[in-house]
Amino acid sequence: MTQSNRIPGGQIDRARSLSFTFDGVTYQGHPGDTLASALLANGQRLMGRSFKYHRPRGPISAGSEEPNALVELRGGARREPNTRATVVELFDGLSAESQNRWPSLKFDAMAVNDRLSNFFAAGFYYKTFMWPKAFWEKLYEPIIRRAAGLGSLSREEDPDQYDKGFLHCDLLIIGAGPAGLMAALTAGRAGARVILADEDFRMGGRLNAETHEVGGLAGADWAAQAVAELRSMANVRLMPRTTIIGAMDHGIYAAVERVSDHLPVPLPGKPRQILWRIYSRRAILAGGATERPIAFENNDRPGILLAGSLRAYANRWGVAVGRRVAVFTNNDDGLRTASDLKAKGLEVRVIDARKGEEVVDTAGRLGLSSVTIRSGGRTETFACEALAVSGGWNPNVNIASHHRGRPVWNDAIAAFVPGQGDIPGLEAAGAAAGRFSTRAALETGAAAAEGALADLGRSAPARDLPTAEDGPYAITPKWYVGGGKGRAWIDQQNDVTLKDVKLAHQENYTSVEHLKRYTTLGMATDQGKTGNVLGLAVMASLTGKSIPQTGTTVYRPPYTPVAMGTLAGRSRGQEFKPKRLTPSHKWASEQGAVFVEVGQWLRAQWLPRAGETQWRESVDREVLATRKSVGICDVTTLGKIDIQGTDAGAFLDKVYANTFSTLAVGKCRYGLMLREDGIVYDDGTTARLGQNEYVMTTTTANAVLVFRNLEYARQCLYPDMDVQLISTTEAWAQFSVAGPNARKLLQKLVDQDISDAELPYMGCREITVCGGLRARIFRISFSGELAYEIAVPTRYGDALIRELVEQGREFDAVVYGTEALGVMRVEKGHVAGNELNGQSTALNMGLGKMVSKKKDSIGMVLSQREGMNDPNGYRLVGVKPVDPAQKLTAGSHFLEKGAAPVIANDLGWLTSVVYSPHLGCSIALGYLKKGDERRGQRLRAANLLAGAEVEVEIVSPHFFDPEGERLRG
Amino acid sequence: MIINHPILGPRDSQEFVYLGDAALIDRPDGLAEGALDTFHDYLYLRDNPAGLHRELWYHEQGDRSWLVVTRNTLTHEITQVELARDVARARGRSK
Repeated sequence: MTQSNRIPGGQIDRARSLSFTFDGVTYQGHPGDTLASALLANGQRLMGRSFKYHRPRGPISAGSEEPNALVELRGGARREPNTRATVVELFDGLSAESQNRWPSLKFDAMAVNDRLSNFFAAGFYYKTFMWPKAFWEKLYEPIIRRAAGLGSLSREEDPDQYDKGFLHCDLLIIGAGPAGLMAALTAGRAGARVILADEDFRMGGRLNAETHEVGGLAGADWAAQAVAELRSMANVRLMPRTTIIGAMDHGIYAAVERVSDHLPVPLPGKPRQILWRIYSRRAILAGGATERPIAFENNDRPGILLAGSLRAYANRWGVAVGRRVAVFTNNDDGLRTASDLKAKGLEVRVIDARKGEEVVDTAGRLGLSSVTIRSGGRTETFACEALAVSGGWNPNVNIASHHRGRPVWNDAIAAFVPGQGDIPGLEAAGAAAGRFSTRAALETGAAAAEGALADLGRSAPARDLPTAEDGPYAITPKWYVGGGKGRAWIDQQNDVTLKDVKLAHQENYTSVEHLKRYTTLGMATDQGKTGNVLGLAVMASLTGKSIPQTGTTVYRPPYTPVAMGTLAGRSRGQEFKPKRLTPSHKWASEQGAVFVEVGQWLRAQWLPRAGETQWRESVDREVLATRKSVGICDVTTLGKIDIQGTDAGAFLDKVYANTFSTLAVGKCRYGLMLREDGIVYDDGTTARLGQNEYVMTTTTANAVLVFRNLEYARQCLYPDMDVQLISTTEAWAQFSVAGPNARKLLQKLVDQDISDAELPYMGCREITVCGGLRARIFRISFSGELAYEIAVPTRYGDALIRELVEQGREFDAVVYGTEALGVMRVEKGHVAGNELNGQSTALNMGLGKMVSKKKDSIGMVLSQREGMNDPNGYRLVGVKPVDPAQKLTAGSHFLEKGAAPVIANDLGWLTSVVYSPHLGCSIALGYLKKGDERRGQRLRAANLLAGAEVEVEIVSPHFFDPEGERLRG
Repeated sequence: MIINHPILGPRDSQEFVYLGDAALIDRPDGLAEGALDTFHDYLYLRDNPAGLHRELWYHEQGDRSWLVVTRNTLTHEITQVELARDVARARGRSK
């Protein structure tokens, strides 16, 4: 294909050609082109189909505001839907497909929607498809969703990487047009640390798209010179291809840098995009302005563009969208399009709304072929391929409004400008501030930088402004052309027409927020960048109010669409969260252990041996071997907190429901921790190693939270207590050694005597192992067996597990995982996560007496509330099936025999269920109403989801060794 | 947001954990007469001001200081940052 619409000039490298495809057809373009400019150069005005009516559409803009020219870019896993062709930088081999059409862009079967448009007016969802109700979810919605849509996802994993980064600067300048460049030169020359970010790949903003001179140079050349000077400054960071997407708090701005989007694939080791968090002391919004259309009948045909964009295609990209051009404008800037295009030898006809001239209709199904105008009561139709429309320019106030600030209406330019001080430290300059001439942009850019420098305590260099045009804008508002019967588009991406806004008004949607939601005006991916103010103006004229009285919409981040992958950064897959490995992990991996995620930790769940094919075989073996001889388990993940100071005991009395100040040195005690509302929060054993030194253990899940709460109590509630805290969870590798032979095994490693006399039940000591290694030993038991926990500095954990296993051979010692741990704790009736469910009291758990009323501890007072002490409330029970062959299911609900399975008859539920190899049947813990009075009763445990139930007997939760003889042995 | 830590200087709010109303510092005496009522009010009744709010933040990814941050809930402007321990002492808390 030839570049039939290419004309001389522009900032493209004609020496090199790039080959690309659109809908399978190969075209040529040049470096410096966008996909849109290259397609237009090849005479391809049609680029997409509209969202609802499937109307043929081409680009209306040359920038990020584009509503129409959305394409699927690239293929395979890199396919990216809804990419704006107007900002896609052309590269060799680029492939793009049009979207939302079937079977092809030119012949779209769904265009029948356009003929049925009366059914699809605003609110059609709520009217046409209301009845019968059942049809909505099954029939209407899926059909509508399929018919109305945008591009589709690849459904494959994104092969590219995305990064996040942090930047700091004195002054962030958003936009590198004349205002931004002048601000950067001013601040850069003063030595301030400047970041200049622009969404375009070529800095210069409108200077690249205009023919006027700046400082005696072509505007684009002056911009290039300014960029070169800035690039030479070490204190200035230039960030092209970078969009500031949001203004956060305290001078922080979010930015997306498209590092590799202009390449076929990212260079090795480079991310596709980077989400930057920019910390700035001052910021200047020099983001320019966006042109707005005028609504007239059939104003959405391919070939109808915003006037400034049509001019940009000619001046920057050397593209004539058509040879015969009409220009419909209500301001002098539109006339520039006419004069620039004339100067390039194109045939131009001006329709000046200020003279009472207007476009009343257009023709050309797949691309503009003629325009009908009305002037002085006469209508006339003439042929043309391009129509430039300018309804005026809207300053890009978005970023300045991200803190809920409302922009302010300015009658002189018939547009909103940023409110003063909406974002502390942010100043608008140039067109973003409503100052549209080049001279004014340079001037306000310099002034904003000077203001920022003064705030930063720096002196500004003498002002050195280049000469530039300072022409009039001379707008007379013209929003829409009335009187016709056809549709006039306001929001092209969401297919919202003048009629829809009128309909919304007729139906009494008088608030602009309601209008927006009812018609979906401004709710597409372009967020109404071209249509919002127009819609507002139409609404205002319908209600007879002024535009500022009618209101404005709230602008929210992001400024332009952001890929989910960019927001996720590296936090995906295995890197979604940190992975913590236990000290025995390497050893356990060598044994082929099966691991389970416990918070961030990976713990051995069970350790299968040769021949074991089913998890229960391994778990049963681990339990039986432990109860028979000795078992070892890594319990490092439990939280450990060192608590020291002369008030350590008093402090523990505050944070635990039971008393610790009376605990003897060298002893451990089970501690119960409540939340201030009286619900049980956490539990664990705490040992007193010295007069002023305790070590607390917490559950694995709450290790971080308990430590946080202890610090809260220490600093906020008891600020004068002499107590210091440090988390030592990672500092100690800790193993449980349990079973009748636990002492014999440990005595082989421990250098000191650990006989029952020396280290009785619940005793603790600081010891040495293996001939001098510093260690701690606690005689505590979770399994109900004679058991110890032994701790060594973490770096010796791997050596210790290997030594324990080696020395344990003579006892047939096993290493057990979390499943066996769970079986043994249920057999013993100890509560764990399923019972500590954030709803249960100490009384529910059968631990009510542990809450001391003699001292003021956290949660003590509110645990005495009536509702928490209901004598008919839940109590922890043990549960066995009457028929040992039957299996219990956790979550099953207790019901009396014969009671209907309804809420009113619900007596509680099974919290934890395990198979006890010791008892040879399924056993459970549960919360049962008046459970303590129901021992021996027979109830039903109903699993209503599975429609199954089991007859159960209520027993003591202590299934195993209820007298505790074994652990004291 | 940036919190100007009294010891460490300006820090990103991502380093902190938010708790809520700094009135939590004024924990009543659990052994006093009528404690059930005072604790109910202490734990459940909160002001929800549109404007200045004194609140507790914990520098978990930092030095573990609990801070009392005075923040305007409408603008996120932070006007004062104090060590919670100093605030607690000033409000008569001790052991």
